[in-house]
Amino acid sequence: MNTRNIVYFTIVFLLLAGVGLVQSWSVAFALLNLCLISSVMALGVNIQWGYAGLFSVGTMGFVALGGVATVVTSMPPVHDAIRAGGLGILAAMIVAVATVLIAARVWRRMAAGRNRTLAMTAILIGGFFLYRFIFDPAVARIEAVNPAGTGYLGGLGLPILFSWIVGGIFAAGAAWVIGKISLGLRSDYLAIATLGISEIIIAVIKNEDWLTRGVKNVNGIPRPTAYEVDLQASERFIANVDWLGLDLVSASSLYVKFSYAILFAIVLAIILWMSEKALKSPWGRMMRAIRDNEEAAEAMGKDVTRRHLQVFVLGSAVVGIAGAMLTSLDGLLTPGTYQPLRFTFLIWVMVIVGGSGNNWGSVLGGFLIWFLWIEVEPIGLWLMDLITSGMAEDSFLRDHLLGSAAHMRLLTMGVILLLVLRFSPRGLIPEK
Amino acid sequence: MADILNALVVLANFVIIPGIAYGSQLALGALGITLIYGILRFSNFAHGDSMAFGAMVVILVTWWLQSLGVSIHPLPTALLALPVGILVTCILLLGTDRIVYRFYRKAKAAPIILVMASLGVMFIMNGLVRFIIGPNNQQFADGARFIIRARDFKVMTGLDEGLTIKVSQGITVITAVAVVAALFWFLNRTRTGKSMRAFSDNEDLALLSGINPERVVMITWIIVAALATIAGTLYGIDKTFKPFIYFQLLLPMFAAAIVGGLGNPLGAIAGGFVIAFSEVTVTYAFKKVLIYLLPESLEPNTLFQLLSTDYKFAVSFSILVLVLLFRPTGIFRGQTI
Repeated sequence: MNTRNIVYFTIVFLLLAGVGLVQSWSVAFALLNLCLISSVMALGVNIQWGYAGLFSVGTMGFVALGGVATVVTSMPPVHDAIRAGGLGILAAMIVAVATVLIAARVWRRMAAGRNRTLAMTAILIGGFFLYRFIFDPAVARIEAVNPAGTGYLGGLGLPILFSWIVGGIFAAGAAWVIGKISLGLRSDYLAIATLGISEIIIAVIKNEDWLTRGVKNVNGIPRPTAYEVDLQASERFIANVDWLGLDLVSASSLYVKFSYAILFAIVLAIILWMSEKALKSPWGRMMRAIRDNEEAAEAMGKDVTRRHLQVFVLGSAVVGIAGAMLTSLDGLLTPGTYQPLRFTFLIWVMVIVGGSGNNWGSVLGGFLIWFLWIEVEPIGLWLMDLITSGMAEDSFLRDHLLGSAAHMRLLTMGVILLLVLRFSPRGLIPEK
Repeated sequence: MADILNALVVLANFVIIPGIAYGSQLALGALGITLIYGILRFSNFAHGDSMAFGAMVVILVTWWLQSLGVSIHPLPTALLALPVGILVTCILLLGTDRIVYRFYRKAKAAPIILVMASLGVMFIMNGLVRFIIGPNNQQFADGARFIIRARDFKVMTGLDEGLTIKVSQGITVITAVAVVAALFWFLNRTRTGKSMRAFSDNEDLALLSGINPERVVMITWIIVAALATIAGTLYGIDKTFKPFIYFQLLLPMFAAAIVGGLGNPLGAIAGGFVIAFSEVTVTYAFKKVLIYLLPESLEPNTLFQLLSTDYKFAVSFSILVLVLLFRPTGIFRGQTI
């Protein structure tokens, strides 16, 4: 940490404090929480891009998988639904996995030729129909169980903090499959494949009601912190608030946001520490060597594709953890809110602006860009007010400009990305 | 016999005709991507939003024409507005090339940096479109709606099933054929087109034989702007205009370009139809077709739909994965760099 970096981070915290003073502390802490989560996501993307030069645009999918992990691990199980269709789902999954395994085995064992293609196609198609034959009725039975309240399998009822790790594992698993297919080919193929898989993951979450209730959303996901209602009933808390002379309701909501901030800061600190250690280890040097010159690294006996797979899985896991944190902060899983611009490209802007290859840079980028993303809207609205103040009250242009201020943020982010890429490609905190 | 005909009509109505229209739209989009890839050598993520931008200009001009009372009934007014849309999109794309991409081209930056710059351009275009026209659905199709109505078809043929062909579908196919024919004539017959192909095949050799790279790049952007505007407008007339949908078209278009072989225009067209037909067939419920074809005892009691329509991305993605696994250069052997 040199003086310049300290100045950067001080500016960020002054900005947040400014929001606290001008708007409210509740807004400032809400911002801080999302800044922390964004930083973790940016660290994950930085591991892929900054360490190894992998261009993955599927961040949204891995974030969403983290969200699914919170539901699957921490929601209470719905026993009726499990009795009704749990076995069916399990059997269907076994059929699906078995089909793929058998097909892969046939592909490897049989000699190349028309027979092999035919055999494999037959196995896959047969397997698919068998799977649907078992799967469809089970799903129908599960979704029939109290559709307004549950209509899904529920989760394992484990502590929510545990689900953050599960989120990482889910994302890592998906990343392994994608990586196996598209790494080792030309570099933009990974981008296109990850773009696809993230859309598919969202489609699955939206449509597989038995797993995530789809667009009906899952709410009431358990919290890792206290609840406002309990705090407001707790005598000790009331006494403390009285002693401080604060308003009980706002104090309880601040307390909850503050506890989240501490949890997120701990996770960020652990991941940051591990990333720094990894980057400075022989492993990190090898990664950077591969990134800077693949041929040379390969000539030195490094297995480039394998290393790429490794780093892709690791980065995605970090993004998955952040996704689980995000969902547990919201307390609900709303598949409709996963937008690629917000969850993929914004994170990329964070990494590029902060400084690709530098972990502290990613953290800074996460804070700064999230702050801008949120605050550009009020600023844009203010700007539009200023521009349109001279116009007539009922002017069409005035209404249109005021209504469109919300879209300023996309424009701003694009301009920032292009400017940084062009004039300061190493970012605010360049790689050492 | 009537049963088989009925089944065929149902199939044509719900699978073949929509598939052809959608395939033409995808093919035009994929052509744009593949041309950029062949000449400028990067995957242009802003292409979907270029389409949205072009379509948006066309819509604005269409509304203006409609307010003036200009009409070419039974054809949609949007066709009249197309040249303006192409012109404005041309200016935008040439402007972005001048401001953004040229710098990296001169610096011989890695392709992935260009891809990233195209992400930034995508952001800006996306913001621009939403800023000007808003993020919602826009209606701008007018003129006659149907070439053949289901009812007329039933009367004409005496079959139980009707066949509908929308004007938008007819226009899509005719325009697509005309555009593709013009493009291939240009690439294969004119001096400039030949220099473009030469540049795509071997840049160094093309430079040695005195081809001006900046001119080739400029003409590529002009063609891409025309393709993007036409594809965007056709998609908008046929389905609906919504900025976000154009972003989502990126995946099927990329899949089409890769399936056909990146950098190969013929492949992009074939790829477009492969993707479109797979999407439509896999997400169509075949129950109605099977009812006509199978004897009554075997009549299906399920929908016979392989995947729900929400999984159409999964279809383009699976095809993409299969191609990447078994034939990374695509069906028609595109470039591999």
